[in-house]
Amino acid sequence: MKKIIALAALAIVFTAQSASAQTTLKAVKDRGSLNCGSNGTLAGFGLPDAQGKWTGLDVDYCKALAAAVLGDPNKVKFVPLSAKDRFTALQSGEVDVLARNTTWTSSRDTSLGLNFVGVDYYDGQGFMVRKALKVNSALELNGASVCVQQGTTTELNLSDFFRAHNMQVKTVTFATANEAVKAYDAGRCDAYTTDASGLYAERLRLANADEHIVLPEVISKEPLGPAVRHGDDQWFDIAKWTLFALINAEELGMTQKNVDEMLKSANPDVKRFVGTEGNYGEQLGLAKDWAVQIVKAVGNYGEVFDRNVGATSPLKIDRGLNKLWNKGGIVYAPPVR
Amino acid sequence: MTMSEGDLAVMELRFVRAAMLESQPPPAGMRGAVGWLRENLLSTPFNITLTILIGLLFAWIVPDLIRFLLIDAVWSGADRDACRELVQNRTVGACWPFVFERWPYFVYGSYPLSERWRVDVFFVMLAIGVVWMLWLHAPRRGLGAIYFFAVVPITAFILLTGWRAIGLEPVDTVLWGGILVTIVVAWVGIVVSLPLGILLALGRRSPMPAVRLFSITFIEFVRGVPLVTVLFMASVMLPLFVPEQYSPDKLLRALVGIALFASAYMAEVVRAGLQAIPKGQFEGAMAVGLGYSQMMRLIILPQALKITIPNIVNTYIGLFKDTTLVFIVGIFDFLHTVEVSRIDPKWASPVTSTTGYAVAAIFYLIFCYAMSRYARATEARLGLSDRR
Amino acid sequence: MSTDLPAGLPPVRVAFYNDPKVRSIAYQVALCVAVGFLIYEAASNAITNLERAHIASGFGFWHNTAGFDISQTLIEYSAQASTYGRAFWVGLLNTLLVAGLGVVFATILGFIIGIARLSKNWLVSKAATGYVETIRNIPLLLQLLFWYNAVLKTLPEMRDSYKIPGGIVLNNRGLFLPNPILGPGFYWVVIAFVAGIAASIVFYIWARKRQEQTGQQAPVFTTAFGLIIGLSILVLIAAGFPLSFGFPQAGRFNISGGMEVLPEFAALLFGLSIYTAAFIAEVVRAGILAVSRGQTEAAYSLGMRPQPTLRLIVVPQAMRVIIPPLTSQYLNLTKNSSLAVAIGYPDLVQVFTGTVLNQTGQAVEVVAITMAVYLTISLATSLLMNIYNSRIALVER
Repeated sequence: MKKIIALAALAIVFTAQSASAQTTLKAVKDRGSLNCGSNGTLAGFGLPDAQGKWTGLDVDYCKALAAAVLGDPNKVKFVPLSAKDRFTALQSGEVDVLARNTTWTSSRDTSLGLNFVGVDYYDGQGFMVRKALKVNSALELNGASVCVQQGTTTELNLSDFFRAHNMQVKTVTFATANEAVKAYDAGRCDAYTTDASGLYAERLRLANADEHIVLPEVISKEPLGPAVRHGDDQWFDIAKWTLFALINAEELGMTQKNVDEMLKSANPDVKRFVGTEGNYGEQLGLAKDWAVQIVKAVGNYGEVFDRNVGATSPLKIDRGLNKLWNKGGIVYAPPVR
Repeated sequence: MTMSEGDLAVMELRFVRAAMLESQPPPAGMRGAVGWLRENLLSTPFNITLTILIGLLFAWIVPDLIRFLLIDAVWSGADRDACRELVQNRTVGACWPFVFERWPYFVYGSYPLSERWRVDVFFVMLAIGVVWMLWLHAPRRGLGAIYFFAVVPITAFILLTGWRAIGLEPVDTVLWGGILVTIVVAWVGIVVSLPLGILLALGRRSPMPAVRLFSITFIEFVRGVPLVTVLFMASVMLPLFVPEQYSPDKLLRALVGIALFASAYMAEVVRAGLQAIPKGQFEGAMAVGLGYSQMMRLIILPQALKITIPNIVNTYIGLFKDTTLVFIVGIFDFLHTVEVSRIDPKWASPVTSTTGYAVAAIFYLIFCYAMSRYARATEARLGLSDRR
Repeated sequence: MSTDLPAGLPPVRVAFYNDPKVRSIAYQVALCVAVGFLIYEAASNAITNLERAHIASGFGFWHNTAGFDISQTLIEYSAQASTYGRAFWVGLLNTLLVAGLGVVFATILGFIIGIARLSKNWLVSKAATGYVETIRNIPLLLQLLFWYNAVLKTLPEMRDSYKIPGGIVLNNRGLFLPNPILGPGFYWVVIAFVAGIAASIVFYIWARKRQEQTGQQAPVFTTAFGLIIGLSILVLIAAGFPLSFGFPQAGRFNISGGMEVLPEFAALLFGLSIYTAAFIAEVVRAGILAVSRGQTEAAYSLGMRPQPTLRLIVVPQAMRVIIPPLTSQYLNLTKNSSLAVAIGYPDLVQVFTGTVLNQTGQAVEVVAITMAVYLTISLATSLLMNIYNSRIALVER
């Protein structure tokens, strides 16, 4: 029996692929699939549906990356990661890219050995309170109890915000957003705080969502973005430009539907983007039509946003800061040229 | 014939009943339902108080439970609106349509739809093996053991992970989930922990100091830390401890963690059994010239294991419940699939979580209770044979 | 055959590899080499892997400012001034608090249930069986979530708090008690209290000796109670009552002042005690059943009533069987308290392995420290229980 187990173990060990003995790009191509570390428990960003298919903003980023590198958005292996093991998983080479609603901070960028490829969602921490409390601003929350989810920068921001305004706060920290929001709903806390995107998702779970309001203050900058390991610049570039391609596609007006027509476009920006002019794909180490593959797979950034967290999703989050730079937001990508 | 007066007196005093009286039923208050009540529930004032208190406790819990699970429950619906009090304008209990829709996910996780028959086959094979092993009157139980410990593991491994050569598409373990993972983890833990536990228990009682030291260190270390940290070590730190090209599979890491953890506990259970064997058994075995392994295999272990079966099963129950902790390392076991499902905005409502947890509680209760019953039955059976 | 051997010949030489001593040494050396090799490999791999990944390592983070709040702190702690090291101690003390109290409650409840399982009252024994079978067979995590929600649902909102005379307030934010504020003369009371305990011990030793010699029993419990509590109160009054209370005050959102018992703490304590009590009940039942029936019968035939029989004859003997598995249950309870993270109680795992780990990202160091802590607690508990066990163990010839 033990021999069998040992054999089985060995078999699995040796089928497990090598991580980054060579360049990540080569490793991914040899393996034929992309290992993407994602959340798995956050609606709108990474969550398996009833069939076990992953959906979400971060998930679509990984699909786009797989489409660019391998030409097939389905060649992604999603590895569910918790807030605790996400960095180690990337560092140890278990995943090629970490797209798990991770806030870009200086210490993570440096001491944890990560390279953030950009921002795929501009978030900020906000508060939700009961209307009955008649609180209109977070500055009125002196002495309140606040339910907070552990693990991200949330606890620090909360503490900093109240300290900066000379206010007292009683925090009750939970491992998961669900327990935190349940405790808030049961009246354990006066306010619930998390990233604004989370506030909308969690509001659906409340007994009566209309009895609660989200306060106007956003107390922190939470630029969420995918990250890769230090030390492989080529892969870093590919990951970066996959994100930029999504954003540029929206700016150029390319959608999943019209992408084939756009191939015939005379617009030089579009021509460079779809690869009918220049060799920008090859410069990245990818195929000529890498950007077309991305748009075909998941659409442009706007489509990805709407489908997962925006107007056409149950979360219905307003795009706000996440509008394109020329439409009142701050989403901006360098040009392909 | 004449009798003396004395004789007569003796005869008259002597009284022996020749015909037995009909036995009388006990008084009305001591038999039937009333008697049973008096005997078992109302024998002393203290007992009466206890009876009333417990009766009240049931009256407090049971109706609420039934109301939530059955009477107020929602049985059909397409999304969250079906389970919201505001929309339905009534008290809403358990949200069953959520469970119905998510049930396949609870069972298979993300296992590809077209390949799910393989999981079903695995379940059936395992069920046959379990029945074969546990049902005392099953035919050819020796063959059953080979089936359970050799045929099923190999077939299951090929079946579940896939093998291109025979046309089974490989399925990455990341896609496994739900009851499948719970069963696989528990089963591997069960199958590995017993032999490993026996080895460790023997090692702990070994005369060789290095072996003993190693066993004691291992057992005490693993027993001294929470499983959560063992799993975390296995998950986060194992990849750091091996050359990076051999980074093991995530599920395998959790399996290693669980198996090692269960082995340490099993070792202590087995050690207790070994200690209960009288010294004479060891001496007798040595006196007839048996070597160490023969002595253990033929004389000591059969006796020791027999008396520890209930405790072994109890350890298995603990192991089964502990499988819920693999969610810490991002593996979608049954409880975790329930967790994930209740986050789904499609079904977000105040009762969704409670319903999910109720399902999980019932699931674990059924499995663990079955094991616990088996342990008790075995205990009773073995007790019977030991009683002369 | 052996009988044919002429006496006086040297013993048959066995090949050296069949010599048990040689074999034993060979096995041990092999084991040591294997283990040593594994450790060396793991360490060297870890070092290369860490270097390659540019991960910060070392324990420098210990002295960095924590910057986050903790809801229950037994020692002084503030987000801006305290370090990660301080947060660690806060978490550890919270763990010890809940584990310590949990052990006490679980033991009491476990003994009651365990004895109830053997009760002659049908309903009582069946209810106890039902309790054990249900509680044992549902994962603790689920039970904790259940209790937490039950606690929160049963307690009223802040505005409708239960006000209990004596300044006690109860609502879903917790139980608020008046906290004692000690005046300058209070140390006399402390001295009286300590003196009371010392006097009680002396009295206990004297009473025991007298009982052994004369058979007369002395009211140890009442005397000790009077000595410890009564003396303290007398001194308190004599010193002019140097003690005042801070009462909880309702603010706009919360109650401030006074002592606070968090609902998370209550739920965790409740859940852990109830869960562990089910296991302890089984241990106790097995222990009592292990005491031979003749002991009880002998006690009855001496004219003892059932209650003293249980207390003086059965339980002391059962304790020998009960203690070792009871120790394991205590350890399990301590380790299970790490599930506190699910319901927001700031124990070691929540504060240190949770928040601190997330903020520093130094998984290896943080998890290693956590494991070391639990290991220390476990080994210390085992040691204490082993000492107690050897004291009560049956002394055989």
